[in-house]
Amino acid sequence: MSKKTLFDKVWDSHVVAQVEDGPSVLYIDRHLVHEVTSPQAFAGLDKRGIKVNRPGQTFATPDHNVPTIDQHLTIHDELSRSQIQKLTDNCVNHGVTLFGLNHPWQGVVHVVGPELGITLPGSTMVCGDSHTSTHGAFGTVAFGVGTSEVEMVLATQCIMQPKPKRMKIEVNGTLGKGVTAKDIALYIISKITTAGGTGHFIEYTGTAITNLSMEGRMTLCNLSIESGARGGMIAPDEVTFNYVKGREYAPKGADWDKALAYWKTLKTDEDADFDKDYVFDAADITPMITYGTNPGMGIKINDSIPTGDDLTDNNKNSFFKALNYMGLEGGTKMIGRKVDYVFLGSCTNGRIEDFRSFASFVKGKKKDADTVVWLVPGSKQVEKQCKEEGIDKILEEAGFELRQPGCSACLAMNDDKIPEGKYAVATSNRNFEGRQGPGSRTFLASPITAAAAALTGVITDPRELL
Amino acid sequence: MSVDKFKTLESTAIPMPIENVDTDQIIPARFLKATTRTGFGENLFRDWRYDKQNNKIPEFVLNIHKYSGQILVGGKNFGSGSSREHAAWAIYDFGFKVVVSSFFADIFKANALNNGLLPVQISDTFLDEIFKSIEKDPGTKLKVDLVNQTITLLATGDSETFDINTYKKTCMLNGYDDIDYLLSLKDKIEIFEKSR
Repeated sequence: MSKKTLFDKVWDSHVVAQVEDGPSVLYIDRHLVHEVTSPQAFAGLDKRGIKVNRPGQTFATPDHNVPTIDQHLTIHDELSRSQIQKLTDNCVNHGVTLFGLNHPWQGVVHVVGPELGITLPGSTMVCGDSHTSTHGAFGTVAFGVGTSEVEMVLATQCIMQPKPKRMKIEVNGTLGKGVTAKDIALYIISKITTAGGTGHFIEYTGTAITNLSMEGRMTLCNLSIESGARGGMIAPDEVTFNYVKGREYAPKGADWDKALAYWKTLKTDEDADFDKDYVFDAADITPMITYGTNPGMGIKINDSIPTGDDLTDNNKNSFFKALNYMGLEGGTKMIGRKVDYVFLGSCTNGRIEDFRSFASFVKGKKKDADTVVWLVPGSKQVEKQCKEEGIDKILEEAGFELRQPGCSACLAMNDDKIPEGKYAVATSNRNFEGRQGPGSRTFLASPITAAAAALTGVITDPRELL
Repeated sequence: MSVDKFKTLESTAIPMPIENVDTDQIIPARFLKATTRTGFGENLFRDWRYDKQNNKIPEFVLNIHKYSGQILVGGKNFGSGSSREHAAWAIYDFGFKVVVSSFFADIFKANALNNGLLPVQISDTFLDEIFKSIEKDPGTKLKVDLVNQTITLLATGDSETFDINTYKKTCMLNGYDDIDYLLSLKDKIEIFEKSR
């Protein structure tokens, strides 16, 4: 029997049919839906006169457009309000479970899936959102798709996909103090570039990976798409099983025992082949920060921005275009640069551990007077937990305010937009031109690097304040 | 949703020699609030085409009259970032039938193919040659032949073959869509579900 990787095992066991010299027909166990990429898909079903095929396997929540304050009031942006209403109407019409605005389980779709036990090891998951790779942290084959593919899954619970190649990224060793899963992710992308993973599905292995908590693993897998990879996954282990057990939609009783027995088989066979592999040492990773306009343009926080002297013509054009947009100069330091906004949140870093570490960092200190700080929990459950643990009080005393859950300033579809020309340290996942608002300038970083900037008003190495 | 058929296309091309063009540039997030598939062409590359006062930015290639055509030629790693299919809709709605680059991001490539927009991947060298040719003569034409999987620079006769899997090629040539195919597999899918 040929040796299989974890990815092969999960993918192959979900293939319903194989088109000759074409894609696999892949069965999808769980389908997550939000308000932006689903309206046209539901409309397609309505046009065909068919209903959602497996509503019991479909879960929806509005996140991209929602305001992060006064969620109990009517949304004043007409298009946002209308798009969110459309999701509600579609879910009611098709019998799909919806955690709507003001529902106690509403939130950013990739925070909600895992916390409700919708995300399970060894399953396939899709969503009309590229950060679906987040769920790979559980040993799932999870990836983002476009609206037409959302329609395919709604109609048939299947999708047509060519099988990606397999990439292994191994990170061994112990992370230094103040170094987080976010920094591992930014480090990897800076090494393999935003196209390095294209055509591949990544498996993350190594002691630095297995030592991460589930939330740390989610942060890492979330950013797989930023290297161009289809998805990223980590083999499920005791840490995974303990996280999943008892959650709302997780199997119980005899079903749990059966599922657990299967999940324990989900690891890469010894001597299985990968199409590409990388090995990194945790000791080389420090707090990272991006300076450019794609997530691969990142450096160690104490380093200088590259000069671009060693680049070829086309690369040079992109590089200087990015520096020009960001208002930065090659060869200069990042430390000490003024920061206007700080954003803690998103499907990358909007979970309880991120809020705990931000709060613990700022406890007893004071927010910089000139910096605007948005703290956006990833879900209503995270928000609730922050209050139960007194995190909201710690934040208030330090001059901060907790907002309400949503994608918020990650992509600024709601009112949380960074103004033109302003600099933001963000714990989200993209720093493209205009991502956080037209003309906005994003520095991607970890929650504690964001906390450090929120206290000092400038880019600061968090280790200095630990 | 059925897509338009594609067989061959001979057209001038619009050059965009910028690498890593991400889908946030192709269609900024604030335009994703629409609930239909049409009308996105108006906002294609919005923040590169128009300034804050909604005046056209004269230096941007889509605003330069000497460049026109149904083929968009982009730099390496075209379509990276967000999975928004709206990016493919915007490019198609604007009037492009083909995007040429030396490297495409996976999700964008799939979205394009699902919407009758043909992504043609060529070598870095040929891409460079095409950019130079268009710069020299904006009236330069390219011929894209899906049947033979070739793209030819008519001025010189230089051509390259491009990859596309047989299934997707058949879909594009005939205007088939995946949902019809999947719906035809209903029984097989149910057998699969019962077997688990």
